[in-house]
Amino acid sequence: MPSSAPRSPAVEVRGVTRDFGSGDAVARALRGVDLDIPHGELLMLVGPSGCGKTTLVSIIAGTLQPTAGEVKVLGEDLVSMAPAARVRFRRANVGFIFQSFNLLPALTAVENAAVPLIIGGWSRRRALPAAAVLLERLGLGSRLTNLPNELSGGQQQRVAIARALVHEPRLLICDEPTSALDAENGRITMELISGIAVQPERVVIVVTHDQRVYPYADRIATMEDGQIVSIEARRSGEVGAPTQHA
Amino acid sequence: MLWIAWKMLIGNRAKYLGIVFGVAFAALLIAQQSSIFCGLMALTVSQILDVEGAGVWVMDPKVRYVDDVKPMADTHLYRVRGVPGVDWAVRLYKGIARARLESGSYEQVILLGLDDATFIGAPLTMIDGSIDDLRSPDAVIMDVVGYRKLWPDEPFKRGRIIEMNDRRAVIVGLAKARKTFQSFPVVYTRYSQAVRFAPPERKVLSFVLAEPLPGIAPEELATRIGAQTGLQALSRDAFLSKTIRYYLLNTGIPINFGITVGLGFLVGTAIAGQTFYLFIVENLRQFGALKAMGTSNGTILLMVLAQALHVGLVGLGVGIGLAALFGWATRSLSKLSFYMPWQVLVITGVAVFLIVLLASLLSIRRVFVVDPAIVFRG
Repeated sequence: MPSSAPRSPAVEVRGVTRDFGSGDAVARALRGVDLDIPHGELLMLVGPSGCGKTTLVSIIAGTLQPTAGEVKVLGEDLVSMAPAARVRFRRANVGFIFQSFNLLPALTAVENAAVPLIIGGWSRRRALPAAAVLLERLGLGSRLTNLPNELSGGQQQRVAIARALVHEPRLLICDEPTSALDAENGRITMELISGIAVQPERVVIVVTHDQRVYPYADRIATMEDGQIVSIEARRSGEVGAPTQHA
Repeated sequence: MLWIAWKMLIGNRAKYLGIVFGVAFAALLIAQQSSIFCGLMALTVSQILDVEGAGVWVMDPKVRYVDDVKPMADTHLYRVRGVPGVDWAVRLYKGIARARLESGSYEQVILLGLDDATFIGAPLTMIDGSIDDLRSPDAVIMDVVGYRKLWPDEPFKRGRIIEMNDRRAVIVGLAKARKTFQSFPVVYTRYSQAVRFAPPERKVLSFVLAEPLPGIAPEELATRIGAQTGLQALSRDAFLSKTIRYYLLNTGIPINFGITVGLGFLVGTAIAGQTFYLFIVENLRQFGALKAMGTSNGTILLMVLAQALHVGLVGLGVGIGLAALFGWATRSLSKLSFYMPWQVLVITGVAVFLIVLLASLLSIRRVFVVDPAIVFRG
């Protein structure tokens, strides 16, 4: 939760540019983006389709490299990091909640939730009970052995939340977490994210079009045409321009 | 992670069964055709295998395989017996005779003349009668499959008369013999009798069967006999190999079966490869999610290889099982040869391994290049 004391930035993005394609066909998705996100904050990235939100979170999550600029996450320089180290960094520090859930259809709810632990080297015997505890907290105690196609959209998203949090990551990336859900399930999802996911040592970034979820944000960064055009501090009431650095 | 790979694989039943079917079909085709090929090759040496007890076969130097008989003078028997290291040596007549049946029709038979005193080379299993019955005048013993071929649906009638070279032969027993390449009935008789049933020739001795003294290897004795007599002497195993090699090099059998086995391999690779590729492509998003969550390309490679190995083993088991079932179901058909030695299992296993390896190599590149950020695209 935000506090009035200054917090160290968990995410530092400096002058990040990202191009796709080459030659005359090059398309610039990000144009010198600067952004700081402190520990314990829930930041929402909003803006029209194609404005670069997904590209920016992909770079912050370490799944995409910038064309230029600096990206430091949890004190690690993702740009200079070797690919294998970046994979290890994601494994240990990043949790994902996707718009289309991306649950493995052949795994049960508890097995899906345990996947990050298994990727991290846990045995199934240890991972499944740990995942089950989290699912029970999320109200899915009776659906542990159901396959994704036996769950409603809201239940699937709760499994995805459990999967994103089970290994206690310090960076949580949520990509349109409510867009595939009805209003009620969207509200429940955001309450779970803001209630369970937001921790003092964790950064939560939510990419969204859904204005109904804005009240859950600590700050809202609005993007347009590959740039952050404004940052609005919701809970503290502060409204300002994007972070500027010399 | 291998557990997740396994769950992903069997979770899509239709695709899983499709891949297994492709591999199993290839394994079935390869194993079945290879077994029939081996069966045919076994037929070519069946009469060597049926002669138990003799470690060395001595023959004319020009003989290329067991059915390529070049008659020798009877005196060669004594020359062989004179070679140091020979425990015993006996004559064997082998030839094709024309048998006239009671109905007046003629049938070709394989005539084997056994040493009058010892009956070396006699069938091991008698179905009816005794091998000693061959001591009766004009007596012959026929193999049971041949008898049924000549007189289908008739019970064995002891004393039945056939004629060979205008001489009367009395069937006094039925024996079990391995199927032969020519599939003619096999008729056993005494050597002295056989040379009268055979068309008249100046030389009649087909083979000399010899056994080394204890402590002397058949190969060594064969070398000694060859050196001393100028005849071709081969250990039983060497004669088996020489005969099989002749059929491999001088007939179209290996090419014909090789084409079928190759087609099985290609069809299996095509079906399994395509289905496995589609399976991987359909799961790209899942692999992307796993990569986003921190799964390395090395682990993904292991997962795909494990999936391929799984379908390979299941497909191999099903294919080999079906091929064996085919062999078992057709065991009573005298015209079909089916022999599945362990080498067929190894060859089929290697072929299936190559199929699944090719299938996974076709697919793995797609997984390697998949951008983990694919998961952010709704």
